[in-house]
Amino acid sequence: MQLPFKVSLRAHDIACQRGGRTLFQGLSFALAPGEALLVSGPNGAGKTSLLRQIAGLLPLADGQLAATGPDDTPLAELCHYVAHADAAKSALSVRENLAFWANYLEGGESGLAQALNAFGLNPLADLPAGLLSAGQKRKLALSRLFASPRPIWLLDEPSVSLDAASVKRLDAAIRDHLKAGGIALVSSHVPLKTRFAHELALGLERAA
Amino acid sequence: MSPALALLIRDVKLAWREGGAVGVVLGFYLVVVAITPFGLGPDLNLLARIAPGMLWVALLLAALLSADRIFHNDYEDGTLDVLAAGPLPLPLVAAIKSLAHWLTTGVPLALLAPVLGLLLNLPLDAMPLLVLAMLAGTPAVSFIAAIGASLTLGLRRSGLLLGLLVLPLYVPVLIFGVSTVSAAIVGPGSPWPPFLMLCALSLASIVLAPLAAAAALRTALR
Repeated sequence: MQLPFKVSLRAHDIACQRGGRTLFQGLSFALAPGEALLVSGPNGAGKTSLLRQIAGLLPLADGQLAATGPDDTPLAELCHYVAHADAAKSALSVRENLAFWANYLEGGESGLAQALNAFGLNPLADLPAGLLSAGQKRKLALSRLFASPRPIWLLDEPSVSLDAASVKRLDAAIRDHLKAGGIALVSSHVPLKTRFAHELALGLERAA
Repeated sequence: MSPALALLIRDVKLAWREGGAVGVVLGFYLVVVAITPFGLGPDLNLLARIAPGMLWVALLLAALLSADRIFHNDYEDGTLDVLAAGPLPLPLVAAIKSLAHWLTTGVPLALLAPVLGLLLNLPLDAMPLLVLAMLAGTPAVSFIAAIGASLTLGLRRSGLLLGLLVLPLYVPVLIFGVSTVSAAIVGPGSPWPPFLMLCALSLASIVLAPLAAAAALRTALR
């Protein structure tokens, strides 16, 4: 997949507060094009919150986050955020779901074709998404990554309810994305073959 | 297809396909208006006099039934997270979703109103103005409902709270909507001044309500 441009992502001293409690603080990392970051930590350590902060959904309690690229597109619009919820509409068919994302995220016709192929959803294209199994819905959510090329992937537990073959496919998709110069931030408990340039372990200060 | 158009088409399609949207709203409107004569007795003059008010009040209640659909489903299944990261600013997302609500609720209700007017002995020559007033006033209904829908995101049984929040805001729409139709039936005066006020209310809500709804959405997404 061709990326429109490459960006690097830099976080400086960021902190996150949820309900008056500090989840993490003083977090810094820098990702160059083609690098991936594995976010690990126990439940409740703030993995999802970190990804939501980068996606622009949660405010930073402190610090700065910046993506440097060729133009000044806001950070949130550089990111694909795939969360626990699948964002699939059960009343729409698989094709309609993906066509909407391709149009909404400005990926166009080629985006739709790539999204349908990415995780082999083509044979299911005319099935209402409500009839899909949990794993198939997960694939539908992950196919959104291909509906429009964006340089930063934020994947929150992407392999939940996927079968072994699909986890491999996901792994390969992340590697291709990195090879094309993209950035990926992944929180996962399942070991992936992707080589992560950086690893960020959250929640250690509280465990210690 | 532009992102805005894609979102509008998707929302309209979902409202028609998912159960409990358009059909339930129209059915509710029909039932509320149809049982009114049973409560008031068969006095045709009385029915004709209260018909404009009755039709408007029932329309507001029916529109509220589907108001929590504007954002609730998208919030529950995570779609809102992705919509927020899209190319459209959040107030525009809120405006498009309110517009879709108007197309699937306000317009069908306004078109059904003259049929229900017959049940209440509304004079036939007042029908065109009734439909016109409702088409002009229902955008305000949908856009204001979006404020309530975004404020009550994440609450359980939010529909009741939504009604409490939003119905008081409908008072101006109700007043000018009813006086437009009443002026056409019994006078005195011309129906156009209240009609223009109704248009003004709709235009103001189209501009202002999405800003308020987007602010509430930002908080809900945290």
